[in-house]
Amino acid sequence: MSKVRVLVGTRKGAFVLASDGKREKWDVSGPHFGGWEIYHIKGSPADPNRLYASQCSGWFGQQVQRSDDGGGTWTPVGNKFVYDGIPGTHQWYDGTAHPWEFKRVWHFEPSLTDPDTVYAGVEDAALFRSSDGGLNWQELAGLRGHGSGPRWQPGAGGMCLHTVILDPTDPQRIFIAISAAGAFRTDDGGQTWQPINKGLYSQYIPDPTAEVGHCVHHVAMHPARPGVLFMQKHWDVLRSDNAGESWQEVSGNLPTDFGFVIDVHAHEPETIYVVPIKSDSEHFPPDAKLRVYRSKTGGNEWEPLTKGLPQSNCYVNVLRDAMAVDSLDECGVYFGTTGGQVYASADAGDSWTPIVRDLPAVLSVEVQTLA
Amino acid sequence: MIQVVLPAHLRTLARIDGDVKLEVRGQATQRSVLDALEIKYPMLQGTIRDHVTRERRPYVRFFACSEDLSHQSLDAPLPDQVVAGTEPLFIVGAIAGG
Repeated sequence: MSKVRVLVGTRKGAFVLASDGKREKWDVSGPHFGGWEIYHIKGSPADPNRLYASQCSGWFGQQVQRSDDGGGTWTPVGNKFVYDGIPGTHQWYDGTAHPWEFKRVWHFEPSLTDPDTVYAGVEDAALFRSSDGGLNWQELAGLRGHGSGPRWQPGAGGMCLHTVILDPTDPQRIFIAISAAGAFRTDDGGQTWQPINKGLYSQYIPDPTAEVGHCVHHVAMHPARPGVLFMQKHWDVLRSDNAGESWQEVSGNLPTDFGFVIDVHAHEPETIYVVPIKSDSEHFPPDAKLRVYRSKTGGNEWEPLTKGLPQSNCYVNVLRDAMAVDSLDECGVYFGTTGGQVYASADAGDSWTPIVRDLPAVLSVEVQTLA
Repeated sequence: MIQVVLPAHLRTLARIDGDVKLEVRGQATQRSVLDALEIKYPMLQGTIRDHVTRERRPYVRFFACSEDLSHQSLDAPLPDQVVAGTEPLFIVGAIAGG
């Protein structure tokens, strides 16, 4: 029988939640790395027992932990992220030039085919790759080398490269997103990059349609349609049907189009999920009701999903990497909150149950569907 | 042998039970002790001092013999009692964050 394993990163450690295909009863293990911030954990599609975890601390910096047994045991691997060449500068909050400084890994994206190859999206924004299971890291410096680099600036959470999407049909194509520079794409394995922000409109920057400077919060793709991308921007939900060449807004009837997460149903490429958040100054759900919104039409027409979710006095947030889907039939959807709940739906969002209620603030949620 | 007391998170990371005793070649300084520590426990590289600048991380402090050595030169000799092994060098995570 199939199993699912939910990998949860929190402000104070990592947790692994496991269940069978019914997704009714859950075993909870953790905290792993108790007391450390775990920004992200993700498993290799080529070897589900191979996991990578980003462990960091304001005191002791970045660690990379690797598991070869599905999270049972962990080994620290390489934590040396050094920018290629002279790092140069980007814009600081006050508009002055600020040197590029490594702070932490926000996101790991393991290769689709090789368990030893993994990409790391980091703050200050850059993309690194390891080809030896995380022991050594090399920057794909063509991204920062894009001429716009000195104009990138941090969002409120820092200048993080938080989204890495590998094209399953073209190993040379990678999509990434940075707060607050925007989305970029390479078609040559990371040597050169182009901004893919046409159609984005951001009133909070001097030129709302600038080539870069947009605060993209997250991007999602269905692997069967790698040319179709869905984006939750600071404000606005958008889609692209041409691999990011242009975007169109699909916020439609959402109660607010501010938010962080966005994800795609495992079997229905036009079914997408977001969690609307009231505003950039009030990071909690509108009307104090935690609602996932689902569109079965690829955007514009949205329905609230509330069954099992708190519909009063709810003031949690759902951060950008804290939603994931499994590939069981029917599709499971999971998300974690800053209040420490991890909610699961075994019916594509129709109803929700908390797997756990009282974890530290959840930073990330990933799911592995195991044979 | 120089005794080093590490913060709990770093002992867990390096899987150290108790304090650390290090053989340091040449003059015992903060730098030579950290070099010896990182050779014995490579996973501590980057946790106490920056990989690139080799500077102490901002929220890490070095204490010994009731003195804060954090702002001394990395190449200053450590106190005699630390060199003799009768007093430990404390590597401390600063109290911060509320």
